[in-house]
Amino acid sequence: MIEQYLLSGITTGAIYALVALGFALIYNASHVINFAQGEFVMIGGMASAAFFEAGLPLPAAILLSIAGATLVGVLLDKLAVEPARDAPVVTLIIITIGASILLRGLATLVWDKKIHRVPAFSGEAPIALGTATLLPQVLWVLGVSAAAVALLTWFFRRTLTGKAILAVSHNRLAARLMGISVRRVLAVSFGLSAALGALAGVLVSPIAFTSWDVGVMLGLKGFAAAILGGLGSSAGAVAGGLALGLIEALGAGYLSSAYKDVFAFLIIVAALVFLPNGLLGRGATERV
Amino acid sequence: MSPRKLLALFALALPALAHGQAQPIRIGAFLSVTGPAAFLGDPEQKTLELYVEKLNAAGGVLGRKLELFAYDSAGDAEKARGYVKRLIEQDKVDLLVGGSTTGETMAAVPLAEAAGVPFISLAGAVVIVEPVKKWVFKTPHTDRMACEKVFVDMRARGVTKAALISGAGGFDRSMRAECLKVAPAYGVQIAADETYGAGDTDMTAQLAKIKATPGVQAVLNAGFGQGPAIVTKNYRQLGIAVPLYQSHGVASKQYVSLAGDAAEGVRLPAAALLVAETLPDADPQKKVVTAYKRDYESRFKQEVSTFGGHAYDGLMLAVEAMRRAGSTDKGKVRDALEATRGYVGTGGVVNMSDKDHMGLDLSAFRMLEVRKGDWTLVK
Repeated sequence: MIEQYLLSGITTGAIYALVALGFALIYNASHVINFAQGEFVMIGGMASAAFFEAGLPLPAAILLSIAGATLVGVLLDKLAVEPARDAPVVTLIIITIGASILLRGLATLVWDKKIHRVPAFSGEAPIALGTATLLPQVLWVLGVSAAAVALLTWFFRRTLTGKAILAVSHNRLAARLMGISVRRVLAVSFGLSAALGALAGVLVSPIAFTSWDVGVMLGLKGFAAAILGGLGSSAGAVAGGLALGLIEALGAGYLSSAYKDVFAFLIIVAALVFLPNGLLGRGATERV
Repeated sequence: MSPRKLLALFALALPALAHGQAQPIRIGAFLSVTGPAAFLGDPEQKTLELYVEKLNAAGGVLGRKLELFAYDSAGDAEKARGYVKRLIEQDKVDLLVGGSTTGETMAAVPLAEAAGVPFISLAGAVVIVEPVKKWVFKTPHTDRMACEKVFVDMRARGVTKAALISGAGGFDRSMRAECLKVAPAYGVQIAADETYGAGDTDMTAQLAKIKATPGVQAVLNAGFGQGPAIVTKNYRQLGIAVPLYQSHGVASKQYVSLAGDAAEGVRLPAAALLVAETLPDADPQKKVVTAYKRDYESRFKQEVSTFGGHAYDGLMLAVEAMRRAGSTDKGKVRDALEATRGYVGTGGVVNMSDKDHMGLDLSAFRMLEVRKGDWTLVK
């Protein structure tokens, strides 16, 4: 039984990890926690389902939906976040909450209130591992999460844009004085995290389906995973996601399924008390 | 009194008399047309509008036209209270239909009882008619009946030990509680009772636990939305061999298309309306449900739902009661409603009494099985 609990935990954990990555990205660039991250996941899932139902081949539907979500992310930055860029971070966070409500409402108008599905990328025949089973789609989620972490690490360490984003997150004024366009950095990071969220939505829909309100819970769990792993750390987001998924599955299996969310959130509270920077987060250093 | 004065009085009274003759029957409705319960209120409102129009085109009721006063209570019990007050005091309605949710209904009950206005609720919970309230009736079947229907079918297949898995929503929790309550009466032991959260993406942990519970011969999933479709897929993923039952909460084409091949062989209780075409011609409800389905779908170009059917039954029960009472006198209509016998509606055959203000029995539900991606009736 333990094998099945572990695989169940990895399945949900991989999904949380992908959502958490998007939180980490925007937090890195702006110290804003983007509560519309779950809605990017929803847009990815709903748009790919809509394109697919309209008759497009699956790869085209996926690419188009990710492109669409990226555009929404950039627009969110340009229309809502950038005009208020001098406001305190709390105000920006509230703006993203407003944006999430707006995006959910728009989704019910553009699409509908029904539940949709995207076909699994490589079939639905479960893979047997010992006495337990796993869906092939979970391997896609895990593989893409790993690739996304590797790409993000390379992006932040090796590319000029990536370094610029890091510079802005460390010291916005100094970065600006060095000739970095803070506006561009913000737009890039919103676009990128929207693309990541949409990718998560596309990958998750064959497992858990998608609907206009799917972003609420996924966003919340992804946020919890990002905190658990250490806000702003890509590897931490993945570790946090997997840890959260495993806690839930083991809690449901060995203790009580009715209280599994309670265990998960209790552990997060404990982590915040005893490990304030999360599993893999770096401590904030004050420069004197 | 001089003849001239009498004549003047008569002249004054004449328009009032004529007015009294033509005065429409006022039907008050409060429905969750928007908000979280819009999937209930929207088809209900459309149905009421459609059939008030149809009844009027056919000459009305008792020679009078029907006039619908409809408000959107948006799933909010406090709003429902306000609108019902307005319907009773300002619009002076002859009868109330509505309360898409149990919360809205229960907020309206004290007002209808105090004012003495017949009230037909469209919400599900047992508490609306248990204990019986003088002026309150309801049309939808209850989740307790769904549990009973499933347990009867389980026993017929020799199942005495079953597992329950349910979601965290209001529908799920209410049905879980009712199932746990009635299971012993049907000789079914609930050996495992698992739950999953709203928005959960994988239920294999809970199902693995059920699979490992010794002696489980069937599993019932009380749920709504995407949860049951995920449960169904995970069920096949784990290769659980015992029969899986779903609730009437997912009795829609959507569930079958979401769960795909995994839904094969799943059984669930459902209202006759959902299988209108599949019903045998001898079925008493066949005519009513096919007619309603045709009317609704041709007018609104969307799939019919049982919720709209509840509103249809509510309006038709009221109209029948007024015809039998021969007036719209509130007391007489109430008595006529309570005396309803053999009314065939979309929700079943209704036989009311002073002890039962819903009047449905288990025959209101049909046991369906998914075969080759479509419903078949279980004999």
